[in-house]
Amino acid sequence: MGRYVIRRVLQFIPTVLGTMFLLHYLTSLGIQLTGNPVRALFGDRTPTPAMMAALSERLNLNDPCLTQTGNPCIGLFGERLVNIAQWDFGISLTGQREVTDIIGAALPYTIRIALIGFVFEAFVGILAGVLAGLRSGGFLDYFVKISTTLIIAVPIFVLGIVIREFVAVKFGNQLRADPNFPEIISRGFLAAGYKPDYPWASLFIPGLVLGATSLAVTARLTRTSMVENVRADYVRTARAKGLMPRRITGVHTLRNSLIPVVTSLGVDLGVLMGGAVVTETIFNVPGIGRVAAQSARTGDASVVIGIVTLAALIFLVANLLVDILYAVLDPRIRYE
Amino acid sequence: MSDLIPSATSDEPALQSSSSEGAGATGGTASLWSDARKQLIRNPIFVISSLYILVVSSMALFPGLWTDQDPRNCIISQSRKPPQDGHPFGFNILGCDYYSHAIYGAQPSLSIAIGATVGIVLIGGTLGLLAGFYGGWVDTIISRVVDIFLSLPFLLGALVFLTVVKVQNILTITMVLVILGWTTIARVMRGAVLSAKNLDYVLAARSLGAGNLRIMLRHILPNAIAPVTVLATIALGSFVAAEATLTFLGVGLQPPEESWGIMITDHQVYFLEAPWLLIFPTTLLIGTVLSFILMGDALRDALDPKMR
Amino acid sequence: MTTEAPVKSPSTARFLSQLDMTAPPLEVRNLHVEFHTTSGEAHAVNGMNFVLSQGETRAILGESGSGKSVTAQAIMGILDSPPAKITHGEILYRGVDLLKLSDEDRRRVRANHIAMIFQDALSALNPVFTVGFQLGELFRKHRGMSRQASKAKAIELLDMVKIPAAKQRVNDFPHQFSGGMRQRVMIAMALALEPEILIADEPTTALDVTVQAQVMGLLSELQREHNMSLILITHDMGVVADVADSISVMYAGRVVEDAPVADIYARPAHPYTKALLESIPRVDLKGQELAVIKGLPPVLTNIPPGCAFHPRCRYAKDNCKVPPEPPHYDVDVNRVAACHYWREVIES
Repeated sequence: MGRYVIRRVLQFIPTVLGTMFLLHYLTSLGIQLTGNPVRALFGDRTPTPAMMAALSERLNLNDPCLTQTGNPCIGLFGERLVNIAQWDFGISLTGQREVTDIIGAALPYTIRIALIGFVFEAFVGILAGVLAGLRSGGFLDYFVKISTTLIIAVPIFVLGIVIREFVAVKFGNQLRADPNFPEIISRGFLAAGYKPDYPWASLFIPGLVLGATSLAVTARLTRTSMVENVRADYVRTARAKGLMPRRITGVHTLRNSLIPVVTSLGVDLGVLMGGAVVTETIFNVPGIGRVAAQSARTGDASVVIGIVTLAALIFLVANLLVDILYAVLDPRIRYE
Repeated sequence: MSDLIPSATSDEPALQSSSSEGAGATGGTASLWSDARKQLIRNPIFVISSLYILVVSSMALFPGLWTDQDPRNCIISQSRKPPQDGHPFGFNILGCDYYSHAIYGAQPSLSIAIGATVGIVLIGGTLGLLAGFYGGWVDTIISRVVDIFLSLPFLLGALVFLTVVKVQNILTITMVLVILGWTTIARVMRGAVLSAKNLDYVLAARSLGAGNLRIMLRHILPNAIAPVTVLATIALGSFVAAEATLTFLGVGLQPPEESWGIMITDHQVYFLEAPWLLIFPTTLLIGTVLSFILMGDALRDALDPKMR
Repeated sequence: MTTEAPVKSPSTARFLSQLDMTAPPLEVRNLHVEFHTTSGEAHAVNGMNFVLSQGETRAILGESGSGKSVTAQAIMGILDSPPAKITHGEILYRGVDLLKLSDEDRRRVRANHIAMIFQDALSALNPVFTVGFQLGELFRKHRGMSRQASKAKAIELLDMVKIPAAKQRVNDFPHQFSGGMRQRVMIAMALALEPEILIADEPTTALDVTVQAQVMGLLSELQREHNMSLILITHDMGVVADVADSISVMYAGRVVEDAPVADIYARPAHPYTKALLESIPRVDLKGQELAVIKGLPPVLTNIPPGCAFHPRCRYAKDNCKVPPEPPHYDVDVNRVAACHYWREVIES
């Protein structure tokens, strides 16, 4: 087990470096292809060369390699790495704020919404998948199959918009018109966006929307896994041992079925971070997703790069932990 | 696991290489496809989905067949009028005929999806083939590269790319999808090649002196094509959805381009007063994505040798 | 192995009092099992009969699809029902019909009184639990013993089946054992609660020949030590000759010949048995063509009328091709054959 962990950690390090380099290369390439993003900040006004130079230097964009298309800009990469190690992600092009400040302010909201989404996805997804798998071919199974296909097919922003308009706006307006209805529900849970008065309740629906697609995937995966394992030989042996059906399902089958599901949940973190961009935009949650989307629209490259770098790091760490968790759960992996 | 192209959409476990039963030279795989074709034709879901896709494709290719209205002929006083004679989808916020917008909107969505799918199959397929076939250093490097690309959540990666490349048109969006999507194909291809490599008849061909290229093309590739085809079909659907999502966030296509994504984004707040403005493009979009995914699922079941 | 008094609940005591210890350990009477398939009802077992005596080793011999595994699983009560259905018959354990027992009692019979081992030990053992856990489970759940005591028992069991370093191995996972060792673990698991009857479903088919001999040897030894009765399901006539006392030859879900081992090998009374014996490759007949049984086993949804073997039989006459099925003629004391022309078969 120890060797397995060490091996995974050793694979982790070059992957992190590689990801950082990929981001760096993509962004450098983009700049090389379409010019200094600082230029765009001035809109229609033409800046003087001195202004351009000063601003470019401040934002670390004045390296000559950025004018040569295809140049991987290793030197610049090295500088960036050093900065990141010191927790310096640069400065926002538009607001002149430190990117780390921006992220720090926005991150808690995203964590909240991601947590809600994750709990929702894990709980309901696994439950639905287990029940569907046990009663394979039954009504519940059919229902789960159809509903999950639909959820996966509907783009998350459509889902979000429809739910926002229907539930939060239309239904919510009705409830808000009634003075007797408890406010926590009409103004909290059914709020059409983030409300500081109800920091958790108003994020409830956005969290559900965020977790919806992952829930569908988890449910399907759990169901498939259960169906496979219910037919397995070791289940037959467990029956021959005279064990109670509840134990056979709850201990033997479930333990094996959940292995792929748990590891998939771990990887879902990345999916949630991506989905947060859309969900936060729709529901006006001041999290890093919305910041990223806004910055992308205004062309504020350093903020976007900063957020994506952070997200990629989180994702890689989560992956590493999931790999280790996998070995804990499945003894066959430990001794590879 | 890329969130861009969902692979766990089928209730059957992941498709093994179609050659696990030793299909025997290309003759065996040919019968796999003809058997699959027979099964698919009898599958009502597949047939309906394919018909839907054909309809949408004809909208994209021959919009003139479907509408004689000019989507740019907008009269502001008609803004948000409900469906009426000659204008089955009513009018949008600028007073343009919504139906023709929907028809013309099919083209950019489908072109991006098809272009991106071709791209990921070519790039991902080649890299996966090389990684699986040669193994060793080649495999290690390519797999590491795959891991690196996969650590970027799709939407965030797209945001980065589209932010620094400030041009937003069909080409750049297609490029983004290819850059972020090739990894799933590469993985699947690599897995299929790895299983095909150890088949008896491949070893036999090698012992008869067949060169690497010949083995790759004639023996391994036909077997690996099946799971790649399934994934490509599903990818088509995911890309349509992805383009719409990017457009919604403001980094995809922009007006005056028409696409379903733009239609949905521009009219989301009118849902309550003029619901058709949202319903029509949404239905078209969901229908297209759903059809591709269902077709992919049906293909997967039809090509799975374990179901024989 | 030390015997601890099992925890006796009132319902256990009641169940045990039903048993008639003078009756044979197992008697199967006219068992019929059907499977519901998309192409019709598959008749997997069509009138299976045999008696297992105390301390006897009975082999059930037949090709794939003859119904031998289904019979075993029916006895254990672990058939998947649907699609399987026991449509007729009795399975008498010490005089008590298992098919009429409550679910709880039926469950109690498993592992405590009748145990089973399977062909592929790797897939039959749960990959995520240690061997000690899976062995100890029997003691924790059936005897109410503590974790520690169960683990000690597990180590004892591993010793009994001659697995070296039992104390360390008890914490290992199934995939860390070799094929032969894994099969021993399964045997240990089956014998843990000292059942009276052990059903072994193709226990050595997946093993190398040398390992086969070891495992079969272990099985015989343990059977003698614990005074168990053994049902050995196999298609390998060589294994049968070494180990079995009597044989039930199955074809298309029925017993076609039932005889003591020596008699059957010397003078088979059923064409199918005879053909099976003739098809065994023999070193002293080197150079001659291998004898095969022409034709294929019947499709279970469409069993030929009359004698199911008639399309492949060289002794078949007209009356073999029409119903009813040939009855079990008495060939000798303790010997029956379901063939109208058994005399001809014996003499040729």
